[in-house]
Amino acid sequence: MSESRAAKGTHEVHEAHAHPGFVRTYIFSTDHKMIGRQFLFMGLFMLIIGGLMAMLIRWELAFPEKPLPIIGASKEFIDTGEPKTSMDQTWAEWLSKPESEQNWLTKNMPMGAITAPLYNSLFTMHATLMIFFVVMPIMVGGFGNFLIPLTIGARDMAFPTLNMLSFWVGLLSGIIMLASLFVPGGPAAAGWTSYAPLTAKVEYTGVNWGQNLWCISLIVMGISSLMGSINYITTIINMRAPGMTFFRMPLITWSLFITAILLLLALPVLTSALAMLLFDRMLGTHFFLPEGGGEPILWQHLFWFFGHPEVYILVLPAMGVTSEVLSVFSRKPIFGYRGMVFAMTAIAFLSWVVWGHHMFVSGMNPLIGATFMMTTMVIAVPSAIKTFNWLGTLWGGSIRFTTPMLFGLAFVSNFVIGGLSGIFMASTPVDIFIHDTYYIVAHFHYVVAGIIFAIFAAITYWFPKMFGRMMNETLGKIHAILTFIFFNATFFPMHILGVGGHMRRIFNPMQYEFLHPLQPINVFISISAFCLGAVQLIFLFNFIWSLFAGKRADRNPWHANTLEWTTPSPPPHGNFDKIPTVYRGPYEYSSPEVAEDWLPQDRRLETTTAKGAH
Amino acid sequence: MRMLNWLPEDVSTYGKEVDSLFYLIYYITGIVFLLVTVAMIVFLIKYRYQEGRRAIYTHGSTTLEIIWTAIPAIILILLAFKSQAAWSHIKMNIPPGEVQIRVLAKQFNWDITYPGPDGKFGTEDDLPRPGDPAILDEIHVPVNKVVRVELVGKDVIHSFFLPHLRLKQDVLPGRTILAWFQATKPGRYPLPCAELCGIGHSGMLGSLIVHTPEEYAAWVKEKWPSTEKAQ
Repeated sequence: MSESRAAKGTHEVHEAHAHPGFVRTYIFSTDHKMIGRQFLFMGLFMLIIGGLMAMLIRWELAFPEKPLPIIGASKEFIDTGEPKTSMDQTWAEWLSKPESEQNWLTKNMPMGAITAPLYNSLFTMHATLMIFFVVMPIMVGGFGNFLIPLTIGARDMAFPTLNMLSFWVGLLSGIIMLASLFVPGGPAAAGWTSYAPLTAKVEYTGVNWGQNLWCISLIVMGISSLMGSINYITTIINMRAPGMTFFRMPLITWSLFITAILLLLALPVLTSALAMLLFDRMLGTHFFLPEGGGEPILWQHLFWFFGHPEVYILVLPAMGVTSEVLSVFSRKPIFGYRGMVFAMTAIAFLSWVVWGHHMFVSGMNPLIGATFMMTTMVIAVPSAIKTFNWLGTLWGGSIRFTTPMLFGLAFVSNFVIGGLSGIFMASTPVDIFIHDTYYIVAHFHYVVAGIIFAIFAAITYWFPKMFGRMMNETLGKIHAILTFIFFNATFFPMHILGVGGHMRRIFNPMQYEFLHPLQPINVFISISAFCLGAVQLIFLFNFIWSLFAGKRADRNPWHANTLEWTTPSPPPHGNFDKIPTVYRGPYEYSSPEVAEDWLPQDRRLETTTAKGAH
Repeated sequence: MRMLNWLPEDVSTYGKEVDSLFYLIYYITGIVFLLVTVAMIVFLIKYRYQEGRRAIYTHGSTTLEIIWTAIPAIILILLAFKSQAAWSHIKMNIPPGEVQIRVLAKQFNWDITYPGPDGKFGTEDDLPRPGDPAILDEIHVPVNKVVRVELVGKDVIHSFFLPHLRLKQDVLPGRTILAWFQATKPGRYPLPCAELCGIGHSGMLGSLIVHTPEEYAAWVKEKWPSTEKAQ
C-alpha cells in the first residue's frame, strides 16, 4: 500500500485532503464519509418506492381487484359506464384513446385496479428493491463506508477511487432497475427469487425486457458490491490504527468485515447464475430449460447458494448496530464480546451449507433434505447465542431509553420472533405444510424487514456524527414506538394466515374458498401496514428537519467509547486530527478505572497496560 | 394462544406426524419466547437509568455462555432427529399405491390421468381415452387407500399442494416425481398451486374428491362400464 495515509498521521497527508471543490466533495467524492451518505440517501429513496409498492400489494390482498382510493374509478362508473366523479371522467378520457397513446396507468391498472401481472411485478420489485437497493446500500454501502475507517482509526478507505466507483456503479444498477418499471411488458414478475424455467423463457411470464434488465441490474450491482467488499476487507486488515487489534474492534466493524467476506464470495455466484439466465433468455442456451437438456432446479441451487449467505449479509450488520447501541445505552460492556465474534464467524461459515432448506419440497432428493435440516438447526445456535448475550448486556446495566436504544431493543425482540419461527421451517415435515405459505412471509419479514429497526437505530445513533446535528428525540421515540406496534400488527398475523394454508404470491385470496374465513385477517394486516407506512412520515420529517435545523452535535453526544466519537461532528477530510492510539476494547463502560461511566478506546491512563484488552 | 386452531382440518394418515411436530416446536419456541421476553422486560424495568446507580462492570460469563449454547444445540439436534422419522415416512419411503394417478402440471391447470383397471399408464383403458378432452383440475380417489401420485411437469415449476392432507410437492418440467397420501375422510378438498407459475398462478386451483368406498365404486363403474371390479 502506498505510504499508507492511514497508518501515518503526518501533517502533509492531512493537507492533501483539504479543499477538493464542490464536485469532488458532494458528487464524485472519494471521501468514504460522503460515499456513505450517498449510499444512505440512495437507500432511503428506494425505501420510499419499495414501501409504496408494499402498500399497493396490501391494498390488493385486503380488497382484491377493487380500484384504489383517489385514483381509482367509482363502482358506479365500472358497473354502468356513467362517469360519476372527476376521476371517472379522466379514466373515460384515457380509455377512449387508441391503445398506442394510452398511458402507463391504463395499461397496468385499468380503472385504477391492480391487475394480476402488475401484482406479480409489485411483489417482485418490492422484494428486489428492499433487499438489493435498501438494506444493502444503507447497511453495507452507507454505514459500512462511513464507519469502517472511523471505527478503526483510518483516514479513509484503502482504495478511495474504487470506493467512489462502487457508489456510481451501484447507482447505475439502481437506475437500470427502476427503468425496468417502464419498459413494454412491464418489470420482472417472477418473484425476487426469479425461479427458472419461469424466467428462462419470455412466453412463460410475458415479461421480456423487464426481466432482462432485472438480471443486468443485479449483475451491475454485483460489480459494485465486489468493489466495496474488496475495499472493506483490505481496509480492515491493513489500516487499523496502532493498538487496534482485531479483538479491540467494535462489533459493528466485525460484522461489516464478515459481511464483506460473505459478499465477496456470494455475489459472484449470483452474477454467474444471472449470466446463465440471460443466456437462456437471449442466446438460446438451455441451462435451466429441460427441453434442451437443462436442469430446472439448478437455478434454485445457485440462487440459494448465494441467497442464504445473502440473508446474513443483510442481518449481520444489523446485529452489529444492535450490539453498539445496546452496550452504549446500557452503559455496560457487551456481554461475551468474543462469543459475539465467534457467533458471527460461525454464522458466516454455516451460511454456506444451509441453502437446501429453501428447497425441501423442490424435487431435490429428499435424502439431502435430512442433511440440510441438521445444518439449519445448527445455524440457529449462534443466533441464539447473540440473543442471550444481548440480554446479558442489558442485565445489570443503567439503561437509557434513547431513540436508538428503542430501535435496538425492537430489533432484538423482532429477531427473537423471526429466529424462533425459523425453527418451524427447519423441521422438514413441518416445512412441507408451511413452505410457500404466508408463514414464510411472516418469518422473513421479522428477520429481514426487522432490519429496518437496526437501520433506524443506526441512523438515529450516528446521525450526529454523519451530519453534525442531533435528531429530535421526542419525534424519534414516537416514531420508534408506533413503528414497533404497527410492524407487529402487520407481520405477526401473517403467521396465522400461513398456518391456515394461505399461499404466498397469490393475487386474489378470494379465489380460494378455503381462505375466505382468513380474509378479515388480510384486511387487518393491510390496515396495519397502511398505518406502518404513514408513521414513517414522522421519520421523514424528523430526518429532513434535523438535517437543517437540528441541535448542533458535539464530538461525543452519547458518551461512547469507539473512535468515531473522538472526531469532530461531522469529521473533516482525513477524519482524525491525529491518528489515535488504541489502548483497550470498545466497550469499557462503567469501568472502575475512571470516575465517569465511559472510557474511550484512545484515552491513555496511567494504569493502562493489562486491563482493557479483552 | 393456540395458533394451531388455524391449521386446516387434517384428513391424512401422516398429517398427525406433521401436526404433532408443529405442536412440539410451537410449545418449545413459545416457552423460549416467553422466557426471553419476560427477562428482557424485567431487565428493562429493573436496570433502567436511576440517579446514583452505576452499571455492573462485567465482560460476561463463559459458563453461562456455554450453557446457553449447549442447551439450544441439544434441543435443536433432537428436533432434527425427531423430524427425520416423519420426513422419511412422507417423502423417502414411498409405499406402493393401491390407487394410481398421474398429474401433469401446466400453466394453469392440473391435467389428470387415471390408469384404469389394469393400474398401468399408457394402456388402452387409461382415462381420458385417446381423443377425449383432458380431465382438468378434479381428482377422484377412494378414502383409506394409499394413493400414489406421479407428478409430471410441462412448462414451469408448479407445486402440488393439498393443505388438508399436509402434502406439498413441487412439480418439475421434464421429470416425474412421486408423492403419496392416504385420505381418512371423504369430502372435497382444495388443490391450489403453491409455486408462483406466471400470470394465472393465482386461481390455479383443483379439487381432490375423496369418495366413500361405495361412491368410488359407482364412479369407477361410470368411467369403466365394461369392467366389473375396480382395479
